[in-house]
Amino acid sequence: MWFPRLASDRALRARPVEAPFALIVSRNNAERLACVNVAAESRGLWPGMNLADARAFCPDLVTRTGDPQGDRAFLVALRRWATRYCPWVGLDGTDGLVLDITGAAHLWGGEAAMLADMRARAARAGLTLRLGAGDTRGAAWALARHGEGIAPAGRPLAALAPLPVAGLRLDADMVMALQRLGLRRIGDLAGTARAPLARRFGPGLLMRLDQAMGEAAEPITPEADPVRYALRLNLPDPVGLLDDVMAAVGQLLGPLCDRLKAQETGARRLILTLRRVDQVSRQVELRLAAPMRETARILPLFERGIAEVDAGFGIDQIRLEATLVQPLPIQQIGSATATGSHDSQDGQDRLDDLMTRIGTRIGLENLLRFLPADSHIPERGFVAAAAAHSRAETGWSAPRPRPVILFPPEPVAASGARPPARFRWRRMIFATARATGPERIAPEWWLDDPAWRSGLRDYWRLETRQGRRLWLFHTPQDPGWFVQGEFA
Amino acid sequence: MRPDFDDCFPLRVARVHEVCGAGATAFAAIAAAPAQGPVLWLREAWRGDMLNPLGLAPFIDPSRLLVARSANQTDSLAAAEEALRDGAIPFVVAQITRPLNLREGRRLQLAAGAGGTTGLCIIPENMGSNAAETRWRAVPILDDGRGDSTLMQWEIIKNKSGTIGAWHVRWDPEARGLHVVSPAGERPGPAGTPG
Repeated sequence: MWFPRLASDRALRARPVEAPFALIVSRNNAERLACVNVAAESRGLWPGMNLADARAFCPDLVTRTGDPQGDRAFLVALRRWATRYCPWVGLDGTDGLVLDITGAAHLWGGEAAMLADMRARAARAGLTLRLGAGDTRGAAWALARHGEGIAPAGRPLAALAPLPVAGLRLDADMVMALQRLGLRRIGDLAGTARAPLARRFGPGLLMRLDQAMGEAAEPITPEADPVRYALRLNLPDPVGLLDDVMAAVGQLLGPLCDRLKAQETGARRLILTLRRVDQVSRQVELRLAAPMRETARILPLFERGIAEVDAGFGIDQIRLEATLVQPLPIQQIGSATATGSHDSQDGQDRLDDLMTRIGTRIGLENLLRFLPADSHIPERGFVAAAAAHSRAETGWSAPRPRPVILFPPEPVAASGARPPARFRWRRMIFATARATGPERIAPEWWLDDPAWRSGLRDYWRLETRQGRRLWLFHTPQDPGWFVQGEFA
Repeated sequence: MRPDFDDCFPLRVARVHEVCGAGATAFAAIAAAPAQGPVLWLREAWRGDMLNPLGLAPFIDPSRLLVARSANQTDSLAAAEEALRDGAIPFVVAQITRPLNLREGRRLQLAAGAGGTTGLCIIPENMGSNAAETRWRAVPILDDGRGDSTLMQWEIIKNKSGTIGAWHVRWDPEARGLHVVSPAGERPGPAGTPG
């Protein structure tokens, strides 16, 4: 199967254009045509042409930017569609599919009927399709590109002989060299002595020839279908009660969890789409604190989200998709020797469930845990990381006592390098009873932190007569006193 | 008659307690330290100050802390109730910014009772709720004798199942233990009224 105008057909399916049309891509610092439609081709445009030249040929050319990734995805989608003909479908380059129809053609009433069906469906979809069928992949390729048809079984040369040598999947230089030698048709090539050809062109040419003639094997590699973690349930009658919806979700969740288990993965994020009878969809997103695949654990976590959905006149379609999955190897649980770890695993599971439930309320990214960081700057001596995506770490060490609470520096009126004997802070008057310090902390010059633009800081620990123990600092390079924390 | 400190202080489990005063953060850290397992600490996201795990390290292992930033107090309380009822986290600290009403306070108590967990609300002064099991006021006080002190006055100002009292305590970071330093008779100031 060859789709000679895959990209432009795809673009035109989305927004049809009557005029000459081309998709452009930027290649080698120039805007070039990537794919043209029939009208443009009849005006003499060809893929690879410079856009400026093309505009000179054809001033009314309509162009759009090409999207190679989208085309690739479209081809993959077509590959999935092509499995309706046979189970063994592989991709061929950027614009072709290769189907192994051995044993499948008779289901469609023979090869000719099968090709006719393909052609009819592609035409209805607005796709240009060229088909070739043969005993070998090489023969089918040549026929699809250069004159369509079916090669008779066992005698591919009969069909291939009149085709140009370019049909053998050779590179352009080799085709040019063969034409210089007068070998223009595949038939000419097949009739030539092999040894001089191998000496002149290397083994690649003969390999391609043998593959087309069926003398060398060439397997078709079908793409493995990616595992889809999505399931859908259509209900004969709309439902609206929470229990009914939960039961339906439970029905979907069972097979989904089986699929996750078979792949040794666990769902991290699930999206439940509830379609109501009035065609409005409501989505419930569930983000889990740890990869999970147990129905009994996941189902109760959905309850809160589903309870908030307005069912309207009822829900008649439910779709459940795991949009983020992570590896979750199967683990042995409950062995006699490892009861201790089993208990801790159980506790960890309960904690993960609880974190998920709290996360659905306040957002999973708002559940933080502290990790030690290697910095002597007080506010960077630790990192607050999302608890669901990090593990607890140890190794906390503070060289000197640090305050329990840190706040943005609050200025106090004082002067001099020694701590003030009396000062006001937050409308309270404090008298210093004992000052411990200074502890000089220099800014990290490799990080530009606006809070540390004032330079060095001399930290003092002040015990006040009023009882409160505060952490003050003095900035000698830009004189001023600030309170930054409180010991308790 | 004054209660024994040991009767009051390891906070009674399956109940929700309250603490106010300038030393409330350290009180919460010390109270949470004996519990086995993680500690959930609920704060509201708009607060400008932050907990410093390096400062908390002498009291409690910071890797046990799970800090939740909630958008408002309703979310804080909902998360606290969820955690208290579940029981996977034995100790939950919630920093409260507006007074709890009777229903909220009672729901927290019921949740703690169901989960067998301990809750502690850090409240602003005079914002206690009626449902609290005990209410403490923790204030740091100056220790004339020595430097690097952690001397605090812990005063129990409401006790549902006992009497009130006040103690001077000092935290020993090496032994990770609490020392009551003043004899019970030397209680400064007039006796507080039972809440």
